[in-house]
Parts: sequence; structure tokens; C-alpha cells
Amino acid sequence: MDPMEEIRQTFFTECEELLEALEAGLLSIHDGTHDEETVNVVFRAVHSIKGGAGAFELDALVRFAHGFETTLDEVRSGRLEPGEDVVATLLRSADVLSDLFAAYRDGAVPAEDTAQSLLVELSTLSGAPAPAPAAAPPADDGGFAPVPLALDLEAPAFEPVPLDLGGGDDADAADEAASPLRHYAIRFRPKKDLYRRGGEPTLLLRALDALGELDVAVTGIDAADPAALDPEEPCAEWLIGLKTAADRADIEEVFEFVSDDSDLSIEALLGLEEPQAPQAPQAQEAPASAAPAPEREAVPPPAEAQAEQAAPEPEAASASPAPSQSEGQSKPVVAPKATVRVDLDRVDRLINLVGELVINQAMLTQCVEDSGPMNREVATGLEEFHQLTREIQESVMAIRTQPVKPLLQRMSRIVRESASATGKSVRLRTEGEATEIDKTVLERLADPLTHMIRNAVDHGLESPEKRLEAGKSEEGTVRLTAAHRSGRVVIEVADDGAGINRERVRQIAVDKGLIAADAQLTENEIDNLLFMPGFSTAKEVSNLSGRGVGMDVVKKAIQALGGRIAITSSPGRGTTFSISLPLTLAVLDGMLVRIDDHTVVLPLTAIIETFKLQGGELHRLGQGGHVLSVRGEFVPLVDIGSELGFRDRVEDYEEAVILLIQTEEGVRAAFVADGIDDQQQVVIKGLEDNYGTIEGVAAATILGDGRIALILDADNLVERAALPPGETSAAA
Amino acid sequence: MELDERQKSDGGKEIVSFRLGEEEFGVEIMSVREIRGWSKATPLPHSPPYVRGVINLRGAVLPVIDLNQRFGEAPSDPSSRHVVIVVQVENAQFGLLVDAVSDILHVTQEDLQDTPDVATGETRAFIRHLVALDDRMIRLIALESIFTPMTAEAA
Repeated sequence: MDPMEEIRQTFFTECEELLEALEAGLLSIHDGTHDEETVNVVFRAVHSIKGGAGAFELDALVRFAHGFETTLDEVRSGRLEPGEDVVATLLRSADVLSDLFAAYRDGAVPAEDTAQSLLVELSTLSGAPAPAPAAAPPADDGGFAPVPLALDLEAPAFEPVPLDLGGGDDADAADEAASPLRHYAIRFRPKKDLYRRGGEPTLLLRALDALGELDVAVTGIDAADPAALDPEEPCAEWLIGLKTAADRADIEEVFEFVSDDSDLSIEALLGLEEPQAPQAPQAQEAPASAAPAPEREAVPPPAEAQAEQAAPEPEAASASPAPSQSEGQSKPVVAPKATVRVDLDRVDRLINLVGELVINQAMLTQCVEDSGPMNREVATGLEEFHQLTREIQESVMAIRTQPVKPLLQRMSRIVRESASATGKSVRLRTEGEATEIDKTVLERLADPLTHMIRNAVDHGLESPEKRLEAGKSEEGTVRLTAAHRSGRVVIEVADDGAGINRERVRQIAVDKGLIAADAQLTENEIDNLLFMPGFSTAKEVSNLSGRGVGMDVVKKAIQALGGRIAITSSPGRGTTFSISLPLTLAVLDGMLVRIDDHTVVLPLTAIIETFKLQGGELHRLGQGGHVLSVRGEFVPLVDIGSELGFRDRVEDYEEAVILLIQTEEGVRAAFVADGIDDQQQVVIKGLEDNYGTIEGVAAATILGDGRIALILDADNLVERAALPPGETSAAA
Repeated sequence: MELDERQKSDGGKEIVSFRLGEEEFGVEIMSVREIRGWSKATPLPHSPPYVRGVINLRGAVLPVIDLNQRFGEAPSDPSSRHVVIVVQVENAQFGLLVDAVSDILHVTQEDLQDTPDVATGETRAFIRHLVALDDRMIRLIALESIFTPMTAEAA
């Protein structure tokens, strides 16, 4: 990849994270659960996006971020109270920012109309003049002063930077009380990789210029012997004096993308407090051991200060002029967790390999067991090996899992948009944001969840008038929760609306010919009509959840992920859709079941209990069918051996092993098998790529002895068994 | 490398020839991934009879086709002397259960003859070309007609 493009991609990835942080912060401000740091985080996020966007000349993004930032600064400084309306505007601004970003990322032309009108709103809030496009720092090329070159051939190591501190008197400081100025000396020496990767110091300098007053000198261009110069090796070094209200983090951000490819030092200057600036280079040999603080009252001469002032306590020094300023620096910064970006393919390869390792470990154990009595050391070694493989497997799987937080956050935007489109007032409550789920599942969950949220706002919640009539608060609530429940992740979308109008649902189903007019349906069955293809309850196709895409599509998408969706509703109280998903698509806990000489795996989650069949529990029902009485409840008997075509239907089930199964829909069935071999975690191997899909079979796995066993799809088997027995009745 | 050059020079190709009963067949070497001994396959429910089941190919689940049965003959009775030729067609891999692999042959474009009309429709669909080598006749198989993964539901 083109190096510039690579950096651009990095920026985009980081932008996504920043946008997430931004939204999370704003939401917590909205909910009133924020602290001062939250506002700072939000501010920094927008600022970083602006900075990065500037570097890539994404003008619309910069312009908007700038206006956004200005308003946020008002909030940060306490001049603007983040009330309901303000936060709503800020949230919408975050949406627009994310739209603009997405447009640039996808190479589209960003639509600026909404951005422009929001900018006006933002500027009204901040009280600043409506930001003209030209206000964007990187855009004002003309305003950037040419770099004064100061060649010094004698002192290549270091050079005093002429730093204009003329304005550093008390009057000036008072003017700037809101955001006091600080002075920094920045030494920046690019390495050759910086240029090789398309870095451009001019852009960085412009970004710095946007932060405050700049004084730049270049050194290191040693013209003594041009012939000796390595054209590949950069020799220029910039010495930059910066007078700015921004803090160190802002400066570091400017250099964020190039910090690996350059020598960089940023020193906060003691200038204002330093009474006698040592006149020259000696300063570097004598780090100021005397604390400069006592001389606070001394007013420095408006002279040149030392750039390379040894500054072991920059914080202490800069803290003095105004209290509000110290906050940014002295506050203990919570170090972000170190992370590594890894190509997903690599992780998947690792996961596959670990899968092999697990199988290999099981095979090895079996080989050793088969070869006779085991010596104790070997047995211990094998046991440790087993533990280790399992741990490795779990750790590797954990790499793929991610918290659902970003997904839930994205939904808050959907709620906002749906609410404003339908004229309803909706609050989204999210719970369980830390719940982790496989990345693939997470990604493929976004669309169905979006649809469900829209549905909840559009169809689930009543109009504000109707809510007031029903004695509810005008504002509807949509709850989005995620939780781990018995080895699966359960995500629920619940609204506090009117509940499903079952009469209407039934009528629509009859009108559309989905059910017979005289069909007797239970409440649950009526609710489930919503999942039938071609069902849509909206009277007119609204531009939200309409468009003929129904809940059936949602259901299909969830099923494709190995998940199930269920619906519960109570009139007047609301409707809850609940999705249950496997934690990962790669392994499952299964029970190894024997049928004749076949071994199959049943997912443990489907099995309620297992027992041996005793006489008297079995009752004939219909042609070749049986039901089993389990504590007074009759459940159909499913002979999975014959269902899978492994053998003919058995007549005598005496002594057979029964596995009591419950499907996601709550339907129970008793599976008949010859025995249970083991219970273990198995690696899921898809059959689709090389073979195709098989009824009743979800996937395959590899057993300890290297053989392949099929993983059964219990729900599908129960469904099939409920159909009139196809093969047998056809033969008869 | 050597293979490429020879293919370029005369438009010919390398084929792996194998035996099925008394008859000789061949597949293009570029489709062959590996050749391994027979091991017991796990039968698949609702599969066509010629699909012997699936075997474990270093962690991948590989369907094995009984080629004899696929051609409408009696099913093979595989022993450890039988051989599975692992082939790749587009993105899918599967195994061909055959009696034995004979050798690798180089055939030129001129050696390839169209399948004459005497063969029944189905056999013709499986056999792409005939190759005459000395007094042997090698039937070059059209792999994509042997097996393709079913995306639709099997039952």
C-alpha cells in the first residue's frame, strides 16, 4: 500500500475510536453521569479528529470539527451549561461529524448542508461569530508565516531559539485568563522514514501554528560540504517556540503520526518565572537544580528566554498563572490500555492453528492411552499439555471477542434519528455494555439490531398523545441490554409501548393469506406471525422501518449467526425482542452421543437432561410415533438415528438413552440414542465450503481419534420430526 | 517451473492417471492437491449414495466421492490399499476414491480427443477427453461435473 494511504487508513481507524469516545462521552453528559474529565475527553476527541483531518486536508471535516470544538470549549470552560438542548445539539453534531468522516472514508463527497446549519446552531451556542469556512486552520495557507531560517554551523547539537516573550506580562496574562498561554520549546528532527512515509514537516508546522503563536528556526543544514551530504538522510532540525493556550497533549497530538519517525522533544518553558535567564549554552550542562518557583513574583525582562531550559518540573512552573490551566496537566491522566492493531486474518489463522492443536492434543492422548499402561510422568505431562492447550485456546478466542459497547452506542443514534423522524420523544437505556461477543457476530448484528430498534420506536412506542392518554410519560423508553446467560449472549430490545395489537396482527395475517381465517392461535403464535415473510404491520409504509423488509429478515440474519430470536409482549406494557447468540462461532460445548457405530455431537445448550428409558414411560401415538411421559408432560420421541438415515426406525426402545431437548422456542423433544460417550468442547468445522448444508446437521468437528463427527442441529431435527414422516409415509 | 515451460512449449499438460477396476482415468495435475490412503469416512445424512462421507484432512472436513459409484457402477469396497485423490475445483476441495494411482503423464494438445458419441449422456458429461497413449486409453475427467457443493438444502 502507498505509505500515505496507509497513514490515512490509520487515521480513519483512529477516527472511528475517537468518534466512539465522543459519543460515549456526550451520552454520559446527557445522562448526567459525567465528570469533568468526560468533557475533556469529548473535547480532545473532536480536537484530534480536527487535527488529523487537517493533515489530510479533509476540509469539510476540519471546518465542522472546528465549530464543534469551539462550542465544546465553552462547555469545558464552564461558560456554557450542558443542558438538555445543548447536549441534543452536541449529539447531533457528533452524528454529523461521523457522517462527514464516513463520507471521506468511503471516498464520497460529504454533504455539507446539515453540517452548515448545525454549525450555525453551534455558533449560536458558543456565542462566537458564525465560523466562516476559512476559519479552519489548515485552510488559511496565507496566514502561515515563512519559516525564518537561522543557520548556525557551530552549534549543531542545539541552538537557542529566539522566543518572543514580549507579551508575557501580567496584563496580557489577565487578558488570557480564560485560557492562559504557555510556552513550549519543541525540538523536532525528522528521520528519513518520515519523508519516506509521506510525512511533511510543513503540515505539522501549520498545525502548530493553529495552536498559537509560532516562532520557528531551522538548524542542522550544514552546508560545509554538500558533497558529503547523504541525499537520503535528512539533516534539518526544527526548533520551535510556541506560545499557546493548548496543553502538551494537544502538541503531542500534532506529532502523533510522526513520533516514531522523528526525534521529538517538547519542553514546557519556565520563561515567565525565570528571573535570570542564563545567557547561554552553559544552561544545558547545569540542569536547574534550584526550584524556580520561589521567584514567582519576578517579572521577566521581555527578553529572549532560553529554549533548552532544563525543565524537570515543567508542570510546576506552568501551573502558576491561572488555576484553571493546571487542571489539564496536573490531573493524573488515566493511561489508556496499550493495544495492538492486528489484521483479523492473522487472528483467524491463529485460531485455526489452535483448533488443530486441540485436536492434535486429544489424538496424542488417545494414542498414548491405546499403547498400554501409562507411566506416571507421561500421564502428568499429558495432563499439563491438556491444560495448556485449553488455556491457549481460551486466550486466543478472547482475542476475537469484543465488548458490545460500540454496537449499543451506535444504536443511540438510530434511536435519535427514528425519534425525530416519527416525532416521538424517546430515551434509549443501555445495559451490559461490557458484555463480550465474537467480533464476527458483533459486526453482523448491526443491521438486524438497527432494524429492531427502528421497529421499536416506529411501531412499538405510541405517539406522545396516546402515551399521555394511557397515563404514561410522554417520553418513551427503549431498553437495549446485553448479558451472558448460560453460555450464550442474550441481547434484548424492549420498549414500553402499547404492546402487540394481537387482533390487528391476526387480521393482517388473515388478509395477507398467511393463516386461515378460522385458525386458532395462541398469543405466542400470533406474536410470532411478525416473523413471517411478507408481514408488515405499519398501515402505510413509513420511511423508517417500512420498505417491505420485515422481521423475517431480522430472524434470518440472527439464525445465520447460530442465534434465535423470541418475542414477548404484554398489552399496554410493551414488547421485548430477545436475541440469543452463541459466544463464538468457533467452538461449542457438546455431548458426544453414540448411535450404532456413529458418534454425533449435540450442543450442550440444547440438552436439559439425560436418562435411561424405563418401561412404562413410552406411549404409542399415531403411525410409528411415540411420546414419552416426563414428569406428567408428554414429549415427542425423536429417533435421531433414523432421522439422520443411519438406521431404520427402531421398534424396541428399551434401555435406550434419552436426551431431553429444549429448542429455543421452548419446544421439548426426547432424542433417542444408544449411549453417551463424553462431554467436551469441540471445534466447529463448517461443511458449507466443501460440501454444502445438510438438514439436521449444523456443522462437523474432529474427534480425539481424528475421525469426523457431525454436530447436530437440535432445533432443526425437532422441526423435521414434527412434520409428517416424509420417507416412511411416502413408502407406505 | 519445469512444468510451466513444457506446458508453454507444446500446449500440453500433466495428468495424474489412476485405475478404477480395469479402466484408466486421468485428472489434470493442476487440480490435484494431494494423494493419500483411504481412511474410514463419516457418513453424511441425506447425501447422494456416491458420497462416502467426510474425512479429516489435517483439520479440514473433506467429502469423499466414490468415483465408481458416481459413474453408475457398483460401490467400491475400500481397503487400506485404496487411494483418495484430493482435488480442488474452484474454492471447494473433495476427494476421489479410486483403486490405485498409476503415474503422471505428459500429454500434448494433439493427444486429447473428444469423447465419441457411443458413450451414454451421463458418462460423456463426466469425461472431458480421451487420451490415447500407446495401447492405453485414458479418460480425462471433467471434475466440476463430478461434484459441486450444494448450497441449497440437501433434503
